[in-house]
Amino acid sequence: MSTPILSLEHVTKRFGGVTAVDDVSFAINEGELRCLIGPNGAGKSTLFRLITGYFPVTSGTIRYRGGDLGALPSFRRARMGISIKFQTPMVYYDQTMLQNLVVPLQRRLPVPQARRDAAVLLDKFGIGDGAHKLASEVAHGYRQWLEICMAVATRPSLLLLDEPTAGMSPEETKATAGMIHDLVGEGMTVVVIDHDMEFVRMLNCNLTVLHLGRFFAQGTLAEIQANPEVRSIYLGKK
Amino acid sequence: MIRRFLRELNGPQSLGSRGLFWSSFGLCVVVMVLLPAFVSEYEVGNFTYFLTNIFLALGLSMMWGLGNILSFGQMAFFGLAGYSYGVIAANLAPVTDNTFLACILAVLVTMAGAALLGYFLFFGRVSGVYVSIITLVTTLIFETFMAQTAGPKWAIGKALLGGYNGMVGIPSLQFRWGNELIEFFDVPLYYLVIALLLVTYLALRWLANSRYGNALVATGSNPVRTEMLGYDIRLVQLEVFTLAGGLAGLSGVLYVSWGHYITPSTMGLTTAALPVVWVAFGGRKSLLATMVAAIGLQYFAQYLSMTGSQHALVIQGALLMLVVMFVPEGVIPPVGRAIGRWWRRGTKEGDPS
Repeated sequence: MSTPILSLEHVTKRFGGVTAVDDVSFAINEGELRCLIGPNGAGKSTLFRLITGYFPVTSGTIRYRGGDLGALPSFRRARMGISIKFQTPMVYYDQTMLQNLVVPLQRRLPVPQARRDAAVLLDKFGIGDGAHKLASEVAHGYRQWLEICMAVATRPSLLLLDEPTAGMSPEETKATAGMIHDLVGEGMTVVVIDHDMEFVRMLNCNLTVLHLGRFFAQGTLAEIQANPEVRSIYLGKK
Repeated sequence: MIRRFLRELNGPQSLGSRGLFWSSFGLCVVVMVLLPAFVSEYEVGNFTYFLTNIFLALGLSMMWGLGNILSFGQMAFFGLAGYSYGVIAANLAPVTDNTFLACILAVLVTMAGAALLGYFLFFGRVSGVYVSIITLVTTLIFETFMAQTAGPKWAIGKALLGGYNGMVGIPSLQFRWGNELIEFFDVPLYYLVIALLLVTYLALRWLANSRYGNALVATGSNPVRTEMLGYDIRLVQLEVFTLAGGLAGLSGVLYVSWGHYITPSTMGLTTAALPVVWVAFGGRKSLLATMVAAIGLQYFAQYLSMTGSQHALVIQGALLMLVVMFVPEGVIPPVGRAIGRWWRRGTKEGDPS
């Protein structure tokens, strides 16, 4: 079996007396689409922030393509191909949508080319009409798409999407699921955190369930839904 | 090549990109070049003094306006360069008759100083208001240190540091051409400063709209997002801090070669705050606004002092507070945009097609 693109080995993160992530171990294979679910406070977003190096781990190991990420700063992890869309849109609010997208693109393209490609990419994502508006002036859904665009524009190998459909209409949610399938089809590994079970159903992939910072269960949607313990902590409440 | 450079001068980080802007800009340059023919030598000297400070203000505009790093340390770098030039030139001028080397070395020393301080700041992940506090404290420590350098024991070669009274008799910028000693003071210094200013403005404008400028603005706007896109934001910040330090240094060198002296009070609390007032008043995101405001406010402050008002600083402080409260982006960008709109409306109506 090939080396997983990402593996977590006994990863723990404590903030003072609070253990946000508690001895979590699981692996994700290259080209896989995986959903990370769990009730609020399960440690999902914290886990993403540990993978990107935003927070250092308290103990445990995170391996990317077999190598220990250790204390590598975030920008090095990004350059290795790890990209993230945060839970609340982290975009440049005081810049135009176009300029927002130039920032990731110009890392691999000359600036004029990055400007042209940014316009094309915004059109492709259906938000081209807002290209010259400030990111603070456009609708929330646009900002969500913009950040996904920015995360994808770095051409990552591992894309982490934290609640990509929050605040989106059912049509937009469906389009997002389609886009994620396209990215996976191109060979990208994508990990998605989401609360919307309809969206999770559309993604049709393996799920990892976290609860109170711990690894709780893993399997297909049908298996997870059939698991009475999971139903009691999470799905049962829906 | 030149056409590409000209095209790259325009971009998201610059106010004014149209023909109207560049023709007005050209007109301003022509007026400045012709100025010595119409005003007294005293006025030219006075204007030169104002212009020497612009480099420092431009550096602050790049760093604060684009990179969101508010430094109160620019006068420390100004002073460091002024003293360095004084020391090097005093020792070098009698031997070589050339002080341009001293000018270059002084700016390099200052950039090294800025890089060292910047390294500890940015690689130590210091940010926000703490950068402002540390840079202000650095300035005040430097002032206090220089103020106690009185007496013959504080001499470097032929240069006496001079304690609270400062260094005097600093040579002008000069070099020897054959048998002739060419010194830059009065009108020649004015032209040298204008030429440097023109080059600096265009170079910074180009830089602001380049790949680096985009990264700098992104870092200032949202450092976490920028780092997650693969940028080493510590390096981006260190680079602009060093550049701004170098520009403050250039101001310092030009100032001492203009006035032939420097005192520790150049690095006092009031002087450390003034560049921040100029840049905030004009519009910190625009290099042009910064230049206009820095010249305007210096004239205004001098006018107030000359007419006997004791309140120049109070009035400037009040102006700063009004701007911060009511026009946080600065006074000049909204005026510039209004002129642009008025001009486009005018040309559209006048256009027969």
